[in-house]
Amino acid sequence: MRINTREELEARRKEYAASLKTQKKQVLICAGTGCVAGGSLNIYARLQEILIERGVKCSLKLEKEPHDESVGLKKSGCHGFCEMGPLLRIEPKGILYIRVKVEDCEEIIEESIINDRVIERLVYHDQEGKAFEKQEDIPFYKQQTRVALEDCGHINAESIKEYIAVGGYGAVAKALFDMTPQQLVDEVSEASLRGRGGGGFPTGRKWSQVLAQKEEVKYVVCNGDEGDPGAFMDRSMMEGDPHRVIEGMLIAGIATGAHYGYIYVRAEYPLAVERLQTAINKAEEKGLLGRNILNSGFDFDLKISQGAGAFVCGEGSALTASIEGNRGMPRVKPPRTVEKGLFEKPTVLNNVETYCNVPPIISKGAAWYKTIGPDNNHGTKAFALTGNVMNTGLIEVPMGTTLREVIFDIGGGVKGGEFKAVQIGGPSGGCLCINPTEDHLDLHLDFDSLKKVGAMIGSGGLVVMNDKSCMVEVARFFMNFTQNESCGKCIPCREGTKRMLELLNDICEGRGTMRHITLLEELAETISATALCGLGKTAASPVVSTMKYFREEYLAHVVDKKCPAGQCKALVNFQIDPELCKGCSKCAKICPVGAISGEIKKPFTIDTAKCIKCGACRDGCNFHAVKEV
Amino acid sequence: MEVNDQRVLDEILESHGYGQTAVIAIMQDIQKVYRYLPEEMLCYIAKKLHLSEAKVYGVATFYENFSLEPKGKYVIKICDGTACHVRQSTAILNEIRSILGVTQEKPTTEDMMFTVETVSCLGACGLAPVCTVNDVVHPAMTPEKARELVKALKEGAGAGEEAANED
Repeated sequence: MRINTREELEARRKEYAASLKTQKKQVLICAGTGCVAGGSLNIYARLQEILIERGVKCSLKLEKEPHDESVGLKKSGCHGFCEMGPLLRIEPKGILYIRVKVEDCEEIIEESIINDRVIERLVYHDQEGKAFEKQEDIPFYKQQTRVALEDCGHINAESIKEYIAVGGYGAVAKALFDMTPQQLVDEVSEASLRGRGGGGFPTGRKWSQVLAQKEEVKYVVCNGDEGDPGAFMDRSMMEGDPHRVIEGMLIAGIATGAHYGYIYVRAEYPLAVERLQTAINKAEEKGLLGRNILNSGFDFDLKISQGAGAFVCGEGSALTASIEGNRGMPRVKPPRTVEKGLFEKPTVLNNVETYCNVPPIISKGAAWYKTIGPDNNHGTKAFALTGNVMNTGLIEVPMGTTLREVIFDIGGGVKGGEFKAVQIGGPSGGCLCINPTEDHLDLHLDFDSLKKVGAMIGSGGLVVMNDKSCMVEVARFFMNFTQNESCGKCIPCREGTKRMLELLNDICEGRGTMRHITLLEELAETISATALCGLGKTAASPVVSTMKYFREEYLAHVVDKKCPAGQCKALVNFQIDPELCKGCSKCAKICPVGAISGEIKKPFTIDTAKCIKCGACRDGCNFHAVKEV
Repeated sequence: MEVNDQRVLDEILESHGYGQTAVIAIMQDIQKVYRYLPEEMLCYIAKKLHLSEAKVYGVATFYENFSLEPKGKYVIKICDGTACHVRQSTAILNEIRSILGVTQEKPTTEDMMFTVETVSCLGACGLAPVCTVNDVVHPAMTPEKARELVKALKEGAGAGEEAANED
């Protein structure tokens, strides 16, 4: 049913909030990509089955005439604690169950829903064995501040009613009726909101430039082409709170006088596309998108445009080219996107997370927003914490939080070894580390502090690496990625990344010389200075930063022909320690190429000429006698 | 091109209003049905959209997701994003490739059952390393689990064929 006026929106909000309240308990099953892969949809189905069998009144959506005492069962967005998935949250107490299985469902209904007791074995226990019943008390969550992810995991991701119930689309009403476009732009500028996609460009300035354009037709585009390997913040927001993305875009439209919007989502995110499409359809039904929104006279149409697998489309001009149905290649700037963007018209192009920050800024005001984070870097930042860390997942912290807090307090420390480095900002970013001359652990994570050490916040991927990671190999990995994704338009990037990759391959495979290192440095400088777009300009960053902080590791590869971390297979040799070998012959049987021989009960030996360095003997030896040298 | 195929294409083109800017979405829809983009279909949509064949070919070859070669019934994609990479996804890729006897250059098995590809980050980094089989995500893979997965797919495929034969 259409919502026709601001007053009606408020009346509906009260109605939906009231029916949400009558659900005496709510079971929120995480239905983000991670937990779905872990089987959370089966859990949802099983819980529903049991509730029906048991005759417990359960509501799968907000009822028009709410029944008291009903149990709300819903699929929510990502709760963030992906390592512990599938996750299940029970309201109103805020209890979080981790690693839930279908077999646990019966007990959950019996104990926690009917008898209101907490099942101890399903709650989170820290390394000392301390149990945490409530989600908010778990160290992983305790130090987070959620603004963009405020509702993600707390409301039904597929319900517009629940979004409205928690105040959704209130900021749009305020923007339409209480504020002028100029005031909206000023508010966002005053909040000093900066682009969360990586660049950190002031959002308010971008909007004011589009507002100033005299063109009749303008566009609002949302960049959901989150291609950085190791990043999934935007995916979680699009999946978990799609209406917030729409609301942010609507406000951008109101502020700049644009009536058409596109959300560009990468094809690897089918669930995000599905949830966004559902959300757009529902918003249209309610009259919150389309003609004459809330009887204000303002029109706004929104469409999804799907990518087809090209990392470079995260770059503004490549992205708009792709929406237009062309090869997604960047063009020379100026003119900039704010002047001539999509279909040659002035275009506001922001990232998903940036739009998600807009509704709270408008509802609560810039003054409130500025209470979070340091000067000129206000607000929060979502990070995808992954790699060799205990608690992988999606987190949101105030800007300026230290790396130590993120990795050790929230992340629970490093997995499988000692902390070595963290790669931040994906293939365009650098690494932060701890070594005798540098200690980045107490570095504040914000735009300006990171810039000072030659790294960037990027879109928010944080990949933690332990001492078993080879930094040369990591640099090679990123160069391989960038080289693959180079669109081929400009020579520095197309040829330069290829040559850099060849040099890095040589180093990893034992053919490196000192000349390789100087050549890499030279190429890095040239590509950064001359490439056409951001992809090329930053392509060398992982190499430059690993060379800066882990130079001795590069030298070990080229001079000593050794890989200290033991990752570069060509530089590793396997040997059997005669002291430890019991002569059981297991390794000889495992070896796929017959490189191991010996007499039973006497130490065996490996023929290095035949050895393919697969490591099967090492993994198979019961006495840890096979060593890498 | 068969009459039937032409009907499928016309329906897809119609649903996008024959819009030139929708060419990427149109190709995605075609690929959903045929699992790749047959050459004659690209020529057909070029004609219908009043675009040059070169332009359509250009778009089709630019994007990673489009394939001009037929793919297997099961498309196994091994994520090679950073998080999966540092959790040893390469070992899984090698394992699956060696079981199925495919390579980077020849990713599809002779019997058209399997295609093995790598994919840049799927965004399921919390469950690294992951792979997908026809878009269903399989979390926390190991070479051991990869062997089981391929085995299960092979058996499932066999069972499916038997059932089809019975009809």
